[in-house]
Amino acid sequence: MKIIKTGSAGTLESSDVLITVRSNNGRGVQITLSSTVEKQFGKQIRLVVLETLKQLDVTEAAVDIQDKGALDCAIQARLIAAVHRAAGIEKINWEEMR
Amino acid sequence: MPDVIQNHTIPEDILKQFQRRQFEGAYTHTPHVRVDKGNRSLPRLNKLVDTMEQVIIKSGLKDGMTISFHHHFRDGDRIINMVMDVIAHMGIKNLTLAASSLSDVHAPLIDHIKNKVVTQIHTSGIRGKLAEAISNGLMDNPILIHSHGGRARAIETSRLKIDVAFLGVPSCDVYGNANGYTGQSACGSLGYAKVDALYADRVVLITDMLSEYPNTPFSIHQDQVDYIIKVDHVGDPQRISLGATRDTKNPRDILIGSLAARVIACSGYFEEGFSLQTGSGGASLVTTKFLYEYMKEQNIRANWALGGITAQIVKMHEEGYIKRLLDVQSFDQEAIRSIGENRYHSEIDASYYANPLNKGCAVNKINVVVLSALEIDTDFNVNVLTGSNGVLRGASGGHSDTAIGSGLSVIVAPLIRGRSATVVEAVKTIITPGSTVDVLVTDRGIAVNPRRPIVAERLKECQLPVVPIEELKRKAERLAGVPEPIEFEDKIVAVVEYRDGTIIDVVRQVKS
Amino acid sequence: MKDRLRRTMLYVPGNNTGIIRDAAIYRSDSIMIDLEDSVSYRQKDAARLLVYTSLRTFDFEGVETVVRINGLDTPYGREDIKAMVRARPDIIRLPKTDSAHDVQEASRLILQEEKKNGLPEGSIGLMAAIESPLGVINAYEIACASERLVGIAIGAEDYVTAMKTSRSADGVELLYARSAVVTAARAAGIQAYDTVYSDLNNEEGFRQEVELIKQLGFDGKSIISPRQIKVVHDVFTPSAKEIEHAQKVVEAIDEANAKGSGVIAVDGKMIDKPIVERAKRTLEMASASGVLSRKEGRYHA
Repeated sequence: MKIIKTGSAGTLESSDVLITVRSNNGRGVQITLSSTVEKQFGKQIRLVVLETLKQLDVTEAAVDIQDKGALDCAIQARLIAAVHRAAGIEKINWEEMR
Repeated sequence: MPDVIQNHTIPEDILKQFQRRQFEGAYTHTPHVRVDKGNRSLPRLNKLVDTMEQVIIKSGLKDGMTISFHHHFRDGDRIINMVMDVIAHMGIKNLTLAASSLSDVHAPLIDHIKNKVVTQIHTSGIRGKLAEAISNGLMDNPILIHSHGGRARAIETSRLKIDVAFLGVPSCDVYGNANGYTGQSACGSLGYAKVDALYADRVVLITDMLSEYPNTPFSIHQDQVDYIIKVDHVGDPQRISLGATRDTKNPRDILIGSLAARVIACSGYFEEGFSLQTGSGGASLVTTKFLYEYMKEQNIRANWALGGITAQIVKMHEEGYIKRLLDVQSFDQEAIRSIGENRYHSEIDASYYANPLNKGCAVNKINVVVLSALEIDTDFNVNVLTGSNGVLRGASGGHSDTAIGSGLSVIVAPLIRGRSATVVEAVKTIITPGSTVDVLVTDRGIAVNPRRPIVAERLKECQLPVVPIEELKRKAERLAGVPEPIEFEDKIVAVVEYRDGTIIDVVRQVKS
Repeated sequence: MKDRLRRTMLYVPGNNTGIIRDAAIYRSDSIMIDLEDSVSYRQKDAARLLVYTSLRTFDFEGVETVVRINGLDTPYGREDIKAMVRARPDIIRLPKTDSAHDVQEASRLILQEEKKNGLPEGSIGLMAAIESPLGVINAYEIACASERLVGIAIGAEDYVTAMKTSRSADGVELLYARSAVVTAARAAGIQAYDTVYSDLNNEEGFRQEVELIKQLGFDGKSIISPRQIKVVHDVFTPSAKEIEHAQKVVEAIDEANAKGSGVIAVDGKMIDKPIVERAKRTLEMASASGVLSRKEGRYHA
């Protein structure tokens, strides 16, 4: 998937995450993370994000994450939504969803 | 007329036998009475001092000494900051600060620590920016964390020698009789302050309400007090006591509290004449509320409650369901009113409450206690001091005291808070050893310490969702994931003393 | 699935991570995760994904999962079905069902997705909410429209607005709709569920409504807060007296059957088939509510 504009999804509520995806001008994947549980789950969050981007075949994106303690499934959901919005793609390919 | 007695010289050998000196005049060796008896134009005898600086000079406070404070004003306290500012201004250094507990409002201590005014801290709890700074290595010396009972023990056995106690009191007369339930800054029980007043070398009372003499009934006695200073405000009344404690509407607290009440009701400890201590947190209050319903339904009355006394407990007492109240800390307006009016609502000091080495403290006889936890591990050890990120943020308080003393200790906590699991493989800091912790009640299951098989049986018979604690840990991991271990430096920033004076754990500096 | 206890169905807004995660801890009989009215248009896609990943991740520990999708007449309904069948909630709930056709169309789309995903046909149930005058009139046809349908519900807010009236304390404006829905459900052999009660601070009013709809024959009620669970479960749980009587009836019938005798009486009343049915149902409900344990085919307190 190609990122053509800015797309974001999620909220700053407790246990949620606000993810904003932009184009990274051809410089690959870049993640900026600010999390209330940075020390405990920073690594895990980045892992989930990278894995999900791979599944979506996104090779170039600037992903900004403002996390308030969201669980993996919420991070995935918000990221997939943000990517599709940023790619201008409305229809999700459910068959390829995990 | 001269103050000399004629013709009553005492024989030398008598003086030698009794090892005394000859009488030298009525006023010579009795410092606190008027020399000029009968001079009614002199001001009435008092211990008042005009300024804090003068008080500190008179108290003889020098570098390296130990000063103490109580925490009955909770988040409304102004005493510590007020006194420390003057001490710092006077250039006194290297003090040991023995404050019974510290909160968010004491952040200004950070500067005093940086400037070496304070170089040691003994306390039960620490929060906010001060706690974070200490966790990040602010102090050269580790702070000492003790329980409420442990502090009393340390003071009474002279392990902790207080040179000057600075005790804020809501009302006081000119000679030092003080109580906690009159005045705009009323705080109720002065239980923690009383131990300091008894044992400190010098006792300074700081009040915003000077009463007529004698200010009876009193908690702190005139015979214990050296100096008194009147200030405008000892604390912020809005934050000293909780207003009307509203029933929590948080459904999770309600769920946990109602489960905990059922646990107690089914445990075998719920019988006529039982005794109880619960806290002031959301889930605790709910537990008490539901327990009250069971008490009314089954016509069971408690003989006494220990506290941490709240409006809820006062109401149960006044409605005839708890016979007596023992109070070391009054949380809200109702508790304050009650302790002031009711002889069956008794103030107890910290030693009576929980000192393990006196002739028998209150926690020894309590049946059921409801407590909280930041973390609890699969051995039931409890951490109420450090958060999931390893930073200091809580208090030892009466946790380890009541856990061991009680017949049944019940921990109430959500299984996960945000993304942080409460049930873990090993707690970061042990405050209360698992051998004293009986039941854990969470929103996703109940665990009973294997040391209490009869309790476990009873709870299962009542159809309560009892599972092994390992299963709760796994549930937490499945939900939130397994966190990276927090990284610490080698430097120790806090030493945790168990109530008997031994060291049970240490807290290290967090890696930035 | 059809006869499962559904006394309480806890409403869960579909775009709220914390509430979805915790919804099952309160042990309502079902939770209804909503993609429809509680989710704004701009977040339909995000909520759909959140509910999808949540359903595939969390263990709801025996609490039934229902997802209320958007109507098939909206741009979102079909996409909801694609995603939700794959996410496998127990039940999909249709809003604003006006006719049998709505149910049949939904069932057809669900079947399509079940096949696509290799799921056994009929593994996902269907619920239909009737929220309009036309729906009320078509209640029986709706209730018979699909094997997949486990129950129909009455949704008061939209109905009452369409009826050009408003909700009142005693609910007289819902009298016909409630009666129609529960009658249609019974005639079709499925369950009936009542609408939400929004005033969380009026415990007495809530209890009265629950007692009313229980008496009308409803199987359960949608609720908007965990605080409402206990009242509904209490009202739906048979009293000790009811259980005792029901046990007597069942024992008397068993005895009569064993002896081969005909007409029998319990407490001076003749026992005929409807009474036996009701007694059995009381004991089933008591057992399901946890106040009775069932051992060896007999009921033991």
